[in-house]
Amino acid sequence: MSSEFRNTVRANLAKPEVRANFYRAMDGLMTRRLDQFPDKVELERLRTQSMAIRANALSKLPELLETLEANLTRNGIQVHWAETTDQANQIVLSILQKHNAKSIIKGKSMVSEEMGMNHFLEALGVECLESDLGEFIIQLDGETPSHIIMPAIHKNRIQIAKLFHEKFPDIPYTEDVDELTQTARRILRDKFYAAPVGLSGVNFMVAETGTLCLVENEGNGRMSTTAPSVHIAVTGIEKVVESLLDVPPLLSILTRSATGQPITTYFNMISGPRKPGEKDGPEEVHLVLLDNGRSNIYSDPELLATLRCIRCGACINHCPVYVRIGGHSYGTVYPGPIGSILEPQKAGVDVHGELAQASTLCGACSEVCPVRIPIPSILNRLRYDGVRKDTANTNTVGSGKRRTLSEAATWKTWAWAATHPTIYHAGSTLATHFKGMLPTNLGAWTTVRSAPKLAESTLHQQVKHLGVDHE
Amino acid sequence: MSNTARANILARLREPQRPECGFSERDYLSRYDWDAAERVRRFTERMVAVRAEVHHATPDSWLDVVSQVCTAKGLNNLLVSPETVLGKQIHAQAERFPTLKTYDQPIESWKQELFYGVDAAFTGTTGGIAETGTLIVMPSADEPRLMSLVPPVHIAVLEVDKLYTTFAEAVQAQGWVQTGMPTNALLISGPSKSADIEQTLAYGVHGPKELIVILV
Ligand code: SF4
Repeated sequence: MSSEFRNTVRANLAKPEVRANFYRAMDGLMTRRLDQFPDKVELERLRTQSMAIRANALSKLPELLETLEANLTRNGIQVHWAETTDQANQIVLSILQKHNAKSIIKGKSMVSEEMGMNHFLEALGVECLESDLGEFIIQLDGETPSHIIMPAIHKNRIQIAKLFHEKFPDIPYTEDVDELTQTARRILRDKFYAAPVGLSGVNFMVAETGTLCLVENEGNGRMSTTAPSVHIAVTGIEKVVESLLDVPPLLSILTRSATGQPITTYFNMISGPRKPGEKDGPEEVHLVLLDNGRSNIYSDPELLATLRCIRCGACINHCPVYVRIGGHSYGTVYPGPIGSILEPQKAGVDVHGELAQASTLCGACSEVCPVRIPIPSILNRLRYDGVRKDTANTNTVGSGKRRTLSEAATWKTWAWAATHPTIYHAGSTLATHFKGMLPTNLGAWTTVRSAPKLAESTLHQQVKHLGVDHE
Repeated sequence: MSNTARANILARLREPQRPECGFSERDYLSRYDWDAAERVRRFTERMVAVRAEVHHATPDSWLDVVSQVCTAKGLNNLLVSPETVLGKQIHAQAERFPTLKTYDQPIESWKQELFYGVDAAFTGTTGGIAETGTLIVMPSADEPRLMSLVPPVHIAVLEVDKLYTTFAEAVQAQGWVQTGMPTNALLISGPSKSADIEQTLAYGVHGPKELIVILV
């Protein structure tokens, strides 16, 4: 069996440096998150509250989006709607064209990654510069983020030092993290100074007040949204909350779950462009609301929980699969558990359904998720959707397309045998009798493991022998 | 295009099987009842943990503290509003401070100087949060947004009677929803930092390398 996913996994497993980088980073992140929640009761209370805030917002999603739009508009922020990533890119492009802008400075934004925005704009001659340090590093190397919070987590200091030296040969070689950071500061400061347009993502949108909230440590988000004369924010339609007081609990659990910080350096609340008399801030603020499959997810009562996600990355940090195969193996914008449920739903289970299978369903992801998304159940549901026959009963894109005749036949036979006691008993007794003749080579499974051995007698025989009664 | 997109998205979200919210626990209880001294202690502890400097002062001594900080940091100039209550007092004693600069024109006309020629900025704050060690800053026409971001050093005064326990408490006590949000409101918890390289903390990525808080 080989697929693109399996091939990239194989390739990445063969890179010991990358694996070591992930192990070290995820270990630290798990410890730091744990340190932030010394009180288990408080943690569970906060998770329940955060889940309720997100669930409440989703239950009123269309109304809240309308309220948000009305309040943003009243505040002077221009709201745009995009059904597809292509429409979103066109909207960004039209704003740039209106201002005759040939470059854009970007704060961190996963939705712009989802849109493939850099690629789209650069093909049209617009320079897109990432200003988040991690994003800046991977952009230099022509890579994509390997984590939603720490995009350059797969690289170590030496690799970054070499990269800087290669790209900026005039600057003396250094492996000192402070010096590397100061180099990036100097380069990016000139860019902030000159950039006509800044772009950012959004962490929460407050319907009640018409406010866009951004969470960050570096100041790239503040710079991108304040220094240029135009600010464009791009985000998914699900990021809205009802009231301003919904924000403090979410902010608290987001930063603690993500990086183990009690709060980030900056929490930026933007409620409008520069007002008359104010001396800085953008003259224009735009918000692009992107659907890209989200309204389809919304239509399914079970899958809908996916949209509660606040993109903290805790599920990724705690995933034993992610830490081994690394973020790039997934081949998608969002990696890890959240990626494995989100990407198949957006692109279709026929395209990315295999990600839902790369899990042991150990449950670590749902145990840490601050908004209690039942990730393992959703993974199971997507596995089922991939092979189901009655595709009329689901909206999941690509449903049934992973169904193969041989697999279906195998399960059908098993189901038939299991529901016919005589046949089942005969089968299991036969298998036990002739267990010495069962194959020991089971393909890929047995290259690193020994084949399972059947017991001396079947469970039914043992139960009979012991004289156990029916319960 | 945008209008069709809007109508289509909203129509899809309004399809019959609208989800119910089965959860009601959205209460916003303040978790702690710290007294004033405890709030100051926690605030200071948190700020210091993220490498901010915290100085304690009185209404009579804060000017001295600011002046001492400027000397200790070797600042050549300081950006201060001549319009705010605190800024006026600094300007009135200009001889005790480095060259005072003012943000009295739109950014476009002096961006070069702000970006490359200002050592430090002094601002007031709207309040603070003890739990997380956080300053609440609401930039205004007198103290614009970039003051607390572009210069490498940010000196801020926080009045202890505006130090709240939690973020939620500050929002409620100051009536943010009722008064309406300013164009930009900020929570600042330390100097700019990053852990993007090997999880190693580095300070002063894009914003100030140093944050100095004076509690009055
Ligand atoms: S699924 Fe949960 S844990 Fe994972 S990123 Fe989203 S909110 Fe965080």
